[in-house]
Amino acid sequence: MSTIPEDLKYTESHEWVRLEDDGTVTVGITDFAQESLGDLVFVDAPEAGGSFDKGDACAVVESVKAASDVYAPISGEVVAANDRLADEPELINTDPYGEGWLMRMQPGSASELDELLDADAYQQVVAESD
Amino acid sequence: MLIFEQSKAGRRAQAQAPAQHPEIDAIPEGFRRRNAAVMPEVSELQVVRHYTRLSQKNFSIDTNFYPLGSCTMKYNPRACNTLALLPGFTGRHPHSPAAHGQGLMSCLHELQEMLAEVTGMSAVTLSPMAGAQGEFAGVAMIRAYHDARGDTERTEILVPDAAHGTNPATAVMCGYKVREIATGPDGDVDMAALREAVGPQTAGIMLTNPSTVGVFDRRIQEMAQVVHDAGGLLYYDGANLNAILDKVRPGAMGFDVIHMNLHKTFSTPHGGGGPGAGAVGVSERLKPFMPLPVVGCENGRYRWLDEDDFPQSIGRLSAFGGNIGVLLRAYVYARMLGKEGMSRVANYATLNANYLMTRLRAAGFQVAYPDRRASHEFIVSLKRESKEIGANVMDFAKRLLDYGYHAPTTYFPLLVPEALLIEPTETETKEELDGFVDAMCKIRDEAKADLDFVKGAPYKLPVRRLDDVRAAKELNLKWEPAEAS
Repeated sequence: MSTIPEDLKYTESHEWVRLEDDGTVTVGITDFAQESLGDLVFVDAPEAGGSFDKGDACAVVESVKAASDVYAPISGEVVAANDRLADEPELINTDPYGEGWLMRMQPGSASELDELLDADAYQQVVAESD
Repeated sequence: MLIFEQSKAGRRAQAQAPAQHPEIDAIPEGFRRRNAAVMPEVSELQVVRHYTRLSQKNFSIDTNFYPLGSCTMKYNPRACNTLALLPGFTGRHPHSPAAHGQGLMSCLHELQEMLAEVTGMSAVTLSPMAGAQGEFAGVAMIRAYHDARGDTERTEILVPDAAHGTNPATAVMCGYKVREIATGPDGDVDMAALREAVGPQTAGIMLTNPSTVGVFDRRIQEMAQVVHDAGGLLYYDGANLNAILDKVRPGAMGFDVIHMNLHKTFSTPHGGGGPGAGAVGVSERLKPFMPLPVVGCENGRYRWLDEDDFPQSIGRLSAFGGNIGVLLRAYVYARMLGKEGMSRVANYATLNANYLMTRLRAAGFQVAYPDRRASHEFIVSLKRESKEIGANVMDFAKRLLDYGYHAPTTYFPLLVPEALLIEPTETETKEELDGFVDAMCKIRDEAKADLDFVKGAPYKLPVRRLDDVRAAKELNLKWEPAEAS
């Protein structure tokens, strides 16, 4: 059973989003996503300074089973990226909602945040694909 | 133990030593290596034993059933090898004039013609040195075609998610952006998604039919229409040609270019990093752009067609005419089969796949597309076994090795969870297929009784379960001698 924290927002493509106090958002991939991928061996994280539109492929996560794109859950600029993932991709496996975060973004529009799924709705998505 | 580790200074295989040593003084100083190459110094018998042992550790089609989906691991008749090694072929120097190689060139020309006939294309070139190069040539020709028409705004190649895994990489290699098209619930391409994706930016679409989910896309002509109407071209990945030989031709489906993995369908050696061959077939409109050389025939005389004949060619992919030794094996195979034989290949490849699918289904395994007839291969999803028993695809795959079966392709294609892609090919007996079904059932029983036992497999191989995460992260590909003390 994968963990789906109540206080986060989600996408159907298994990214999570956390609104921080300073108005930025932190983005990562969900526990369900890391579980499905298996042990990660490589993460191509986005670079700070770049910007994405919602739905753009913004990162690649590669496990022994598969390589998958990660999609930007919202539009905006990347203000920070998790540099540790280059050497420790397993952080996403061990702590997907904590030390395995992928990037921090400055949202381009507030309304896109409202379009994200809440924990209950994401639970539905997981149940259907499981 | 590596052969380097058996090395003893000064040991030689005298019988293999060259009678004369070349004079290295003739090589300019700047081009000589500074340190002597590290070579294993071993006896002839040590070499024989070392490589024989290595070969015995290997799973191969010569020793085991090898239902590796999408790879078509069928038996390559020995005769193909024997005839390709005739001294007239092996002794020919690539620079010898065409007048001295009419026999060889007639074989290559006939191979071009046979491949064009069976795929329904206008012409075939044999020069690409491997499947990957064939793909590259195909997409490069699509680009050359658009460029020649001054149509330079086409930036995208469409790739259905059930296409062969290499296709997106090839499109990117040729400078295109890839747009993925979803597969519908019945295994065919989602036509609505395709219609939405095509446009003036579409250079073409790359796909294979039957697709990697093992079914024949029934709407292929409609797809061809949609893509052609938008000005795009259709690329056929020949990965799955085995089941359609003499049944349906990619040319008739509307494809403009096709590459053929001769090692899959036409009995040339598989992988191992060895020489490959990726023949490419083209429709009339792509003919001017073919990579060179191509063998031409005028009044019964064969000659290499070159840039004078094809001034718009995308160029050359090999120093000479391609991997001739590999092409000859394909030629012998195609000649041995003939048209009827090719039809029989398709019949039995399809029959074996459907027999195996039906038996596995009857044994309680879930088939990914139960309403569809399999072509050359099919997918079993072990999602239920993974959930209910805890044994996933990797556990089944590893335990199958203990039973003497190479595992089918695992976790591919990605759109089916816990996928086992199974391709028995036409060259297996019914007994072999039955044995595989028995093994799958036994493994399921074993997992129900003692999950840890199955999770620990394999037990009977030279190595146990490998740490594939560590293998991917700590690459160790280079042997270095221990520090001299």
